Formats: sequence, structure tokens, C-alpha cells
Amino acid sequence: MSAASSAVGHNVISAEHITIKFGDFTAVDDVSFQIHKGELFGFLGPNGSGKTTIIRALCGLLPLSGGNATILGMDVRQHAAEIKQHVGYMAQKFGLYEDLTVEENLKFYAAAYGLSTARARTRIAELLELTGLEPYFHRRVTQLSGGWKQRLALACAIVHSPEIVFLDEPTAGIDPVARRSLWDLFFQLAGQGVTFFVTTHYMDEAERCGRLGYIYMSKLIALGTIRDLQQLPDANPAGTSRLEIEAPNAATLLTGMRQAPGVREATIFGRDLHALVETDRIENLKSLYPQCKMRMIEASLEDIFVTLTLHIMAEQAGAKR
Amino acid sequence: MNKLFFGLRPVCRKEFTHIVRDPTTLFFALLIPLLQLFLFGYAVDTNVRQVPTAIFDESQTQESRNLVQSFAASDVFLISSYVQSAPEMYSTMRSGKARVAIRIPYDYARNLQLGRTASVLVLVDGSDSSVAGTTMDAANGVALEESLARIPGLVSPAIEVRPSVLYNPSTRSANFFVPGLIAVLLQMMTILLIALSLVRERERGTLEQLKMTPIKPLGLMVGKMIPYGCLAFGELCLILTVMRWVFQVPIHGSVILLLLMSLPFLLTVLGLGLFISTRAHTQAEAFQLAMGTVLPSVFLSGYIFLISTMPAFFRGVSHIIPATYYIQVLRGIILRGSTFADLWVNALVLTLMGAAAILLAARQFVKQGAG
Repeated sequence: MSAASSAVGHNVISAEHITIKFGDFTAVDDVSFQIHKGELFGFLGPNGSGKTTIIRALCGLLPLSGGNATILGMDVRQHAAEIKQHVGYMAQKFGLYEDLTVEENLKFYAAAYGLSTARARTRIAELLELTGLEPYFHRRVTQLSGGWKQRLALACAIVHSPEIVFLDEPTAGIDPVARRSLWDLFFQLAGQGVTFFVTTHYMDEAERCGRLGYIYMSKLIALGTIRDLQQLPDANPAGTSRLEIEAPNAATLLTGMRQAPGVREATIFGRDLHALVETDRIENLKSLYPQCKMRMIEASLEDIFVTLTLHIMAEQAGAKR
Repeated sequence: MNKLFFGLRPVCRKEFTHIVRDPTTLFFALLIPLLQLFLFGYAVDTNVRQVPTAIFDESQTQESRNLVQSFAASDVFLISSYVQSAPEMYSTMRSGKARVAIRIPYDYARNLQLGRTASVLVLVDGSDSSVAGTTMDAANGVALEESLARIPGLVSPAIEVRPSVLYNPSTRSANFFVPGLIAVLLQMMTILLIALSLVRERERGTLEQLKMTPIKPLGLMVGKMIPYGCLAFGELCLILTVMRWVFQVPIHGSVILLLLMSLPFLLTVLGLGLFISTRAHTQAEAFQLAMGTVLPSVFLSGYIFLISTMPAFFRGVSHIIPATYYIQVLRGIILRGSTFADLWVNALVLTLMGAAAILLAARQFVKQGAG
């Protein structure tokens, strides 16, 4: 595992060899990472890989079975209550009361975090301006679209001005325009020094993150900036190259291409094929498919994660045998 | 203190808003117990009267007809049919057309004339125990009366028992059952409302969000108890009004005392509802658990069956059922005019039970919060 870090500022989240078990099942296995102030950290991995579990443990909602974690220098085991005041959390099912209005939700969470009435009023005004929820202030949540609900959920999660915000798949199921404007909001807040820890399935969202972690089968198998990940030896096996293959009808070529000598992986990307090919066989492949234009490319995030996952799966299959 | 109950006010305010936002739920929550009060209040009548009775008169004499007259004259028996054979008599009983059958043998009149003991067979349907008990007593009473009438020269019996019923002189069932019913209805409604309100938060994911706020478990729980407690208290007042003016059950004791003594019971059932909600993951589960508390409160609380005649084990069980204590309070104040001095133990037990339930629920909640 790479512990690469382009350290700027100080660590606000630090996980050292954390392990979380539910009975015999190890949901999180020896995971370590550091996150710096103002960073937008993306956490990727398939469903059930342990992303949500890590967030819940860092928020003090789940006990650690092993290892240490600190938030703003406070140990999550000892200072769970104190940590809550500095951390915002937006779960997959964001915690809005659908029968209450936008105003009532905001006021409730402001009071729940112990904000004084005066402080709550100014803070809510700030949040309305930030999220653009002003026109919906007196509407019930049921009447809002998914994108506006998400904005409200974010507003509720940061009503106490936390330094760190955990977002668990914040954009699942909302339209691309709402998604982009939500991300703009994250960047705006990150610019103010708020640290974001975001889990996502979307590669385009991952690419917006400053740094990424990739978790698979309870283990963190990659960590770093996109550049770091592109240079991982496991993502670019020695003697191979990535090719973008432009073909008149890529879909019909896929099966044949996968079986062509020297081709390790091939997949469709829009109207093209992306393939991982042994470098010394490229000329051979070009002669097999004279109708195609081929050029070398850098691995995309998806390429990297697919290669890493296949690599781990092959290792595990090997270990079993 | 303030720290321990942190979050109480916002939760309480939010919960009141939920209640007024959903008038349908509110309406049914208040209406259904009232409907049940009407339904059960009118249906439950344990006074046994006019039991259908079949007569198999083999004697067919003046004497036997006199005896049948005596049975018919009591309010308990209603002569519904005459049968002509023993098999017919048994089939009438089996089919349920008659609950009692009286067989007067062919030698009835002759035995009487000869001064011998004349026997009469009275068959009683034991499938309903209260009917069986009452009819047997009544049959013995008729026989005794008939026998006394045959003693020559007897002007008045040597001993006469003059019963005088205190507290519920007309022995109306409604007076006995409606106060008990209040406990059962109040319990059902309160447990259900509060348990569902917390489980709904679990289902919708808002509970997870609440756990991330500094709200303390006791703040959350008591914050939920206040609005639902108010609702239950309002329902209690409604039910008492219906009991007094519709069922005409007079309240002999102090109404203020009755209302005050209801608070410990509400505390207990609210606590019980919260405890149930920590055990249930879905609203359906919570509903089933809440319903599970109803039957013991009906059958083992003294509401229907006398606690002192229960087997020792169930007597023990009845002592851990909150409704037991509250039904004693209700019947005491409403029917007997009991005072605080008579009932303070009940209030104390209920308060302790309530506190225990809330603390257990809060502990369970903390445990779940930490995994």
C-alpha cells in the first residue's frame, strides 16, 4: 500500500491500522490514512467494501476493534462527544424530516447542536445564501426535488460550522446538473478550509477529489493523488501499455480483441476500446487490426481501479490454490 | 442535569410539529380508543341472565309443571324448548341451542307424595364457565326454595342472609369493566404511538443523523415522551368523559386525584414504548411487540379475572404488569372513592417501573449508538 502524501498543512483526520470487526466478519482490515486540512478526499470502493463503516467509526458511532484514529488530534475512542461538535455527517439516507419545512429542519438541527437562537438565525441565513434554498424556506421537504433535498441535508449537516464533513455517497440518485452544483458547493466550502471526506461510485466525481483512497474487500488497496495512482506498479504492470483503439464499430471488435495475443484487458469507452496490451505485441496487434487507429494513453481512474481489483482477485485466487 | 437531558427542547418541539402536521394520524389515534370503548363497554356484560334452557319432563304432572314454573320465574333461566327424549336433550345441548337442560324423571311426583327425596337432573354447559357457575347456583336455589315450601308449618326460614352490595350496588358490569378498559386502551395507544415515532426515525435514517448531534439519549427520549404523554392525557380526559356521561359510571373519588395518579401509569407505558422501539427495526416489528403487551394486560392484570384466584405463578406475573396497578387505582377511585392514602403504593410502583423502563431504553440506545 502506498502511503504517499503531498503533505500541506496539518492532519485533521488520522487513521492508523484501524480494524473493525462485526463478530467473525472483518469489515475494515488494517486501514491507515491521513487527511489534511482543507482537502477534498475521495473514498472509493464497491458496495459493502467498508466505506460507510469507516465513516461511522471515525464519527464515533462504531467502536474500533483495533488501531487508532484521531480527529483534529482527538482520539475517537475517548472524545466521541467532543468530536461531534467539530464534525458534520451526511449519511446515504440523509436525515431530513420530510413532513417538516426547510425552516423547521434547519432550526431543529441548529438547536440540536446547541446553537443559541441568535446564532442559529445568522447561521441559517448564511446557509440559505450558500445553498440557494431561500425560495423554499417555508416548503415542506416532501415537495423538494432530490437535488434540493441534498442541499438541505448538507446545510443541516454543517449548521454547526464543522471543520470536517463526512459525505456518504452524497450524490446518489440525483441528476447531473444538481450533482455538479452540489460539487461546486463542496469546493466553495473546501476553499474556506473545511475538510471533506466523500465516498462515491462515480469516477467523474472521484477525479474532482484532490486525493483518493480505494477500498476493496475491507482493505485499502490504493491511496494517493490521481498522478500517484497512475504511477502505481500494480496499475501499470511492467511491459504493458494502455491503448485507445479507434474502430468503426468497437462493439463488434471487443470479443476478438480480448482474445488477441498480448491483450490483458479490453473494454469499451464510448465509441472506442481501451486495452491493456503487452508493449512488445503492439506492432503485432496493429497488423491484426489494420482498420483501427491506436494510440498510447495514460490509465484513467476506472482503468486503474479495474486493474487493481483484478490483480487482488488473481492474488486471492492464487492464495486459495 | 441540563447536560444529561440535552436536546430535550428541540426534540419536544419537533415532535409536536410532527403530530399537528399529520391530522389523520392524530384523529385515528384519538378516535380508535374511543370507538373501542363504546364497542367493549357495551359488549362486555358478565351478568348471566336468560340462559336458554331445555326441559325434558318425563313426569308430566302438576308437581313437575310447578317445578318448571319455578325455574322459569327466576331471571336466570329462559325455557327455550321442550324435548321428548334423552338423545334429543343431549343433541340440543351439543348444538348450543340450550345451555342448560332439566330432566324431571317419571317418578318425580310419586317420590314427593311419598315423602322421599325426588331427584332432578340439571345438565349445565361447562364451555362457558361463568354461565355454568351462575346456573348451578341458581338451580340449587330453586331446589332449596321448593324443598322449603314443602316443609309443613314452616312460616319463615331459620336463617336468612341479606346481602348488601357496597360500591357498585346495581352490580352493573359496565361499572366494573369500563374503568379497567381505560387502562388497556390508554396503554395500547400510548405504547404504539411512541414506539412507532422512534422506529420511524430509525427506518428513515434520521436517527443516525441524531446520533451525530450532541443530543443525549435521555434528552431524545424525554423529548418524545412529553408530546405523546400530553396526547395520552387528553385521550384519558375524553375517555373519562364518555365513561361518566355515556356509560353513566359515577366517579366516587376525586377526579383530580384520578388524573394525577394516571401520570405514573403514562410514564410507565411511555417508557415501555421506548424500550420496545429500541428492540424493533421496522414499524411492523414495533407494532407486533406493542400488541404483544396487550393480552397480558387484559388477562393477567385483574381486568377480567380475579388475581387472587390465579395460580401462584400468574399471580407473580400480574405483579410485574403495570396495568395491574393502574386498574386498582381506577377502580379504587371511580367505584370506591379511594384516597391517596389507599393507593400511594400503586403510584410509587408505577413510577419506579416507568423510571426503570426509561433507563433501560436509554442504556439500550447508547449501546446501539456505539455499535
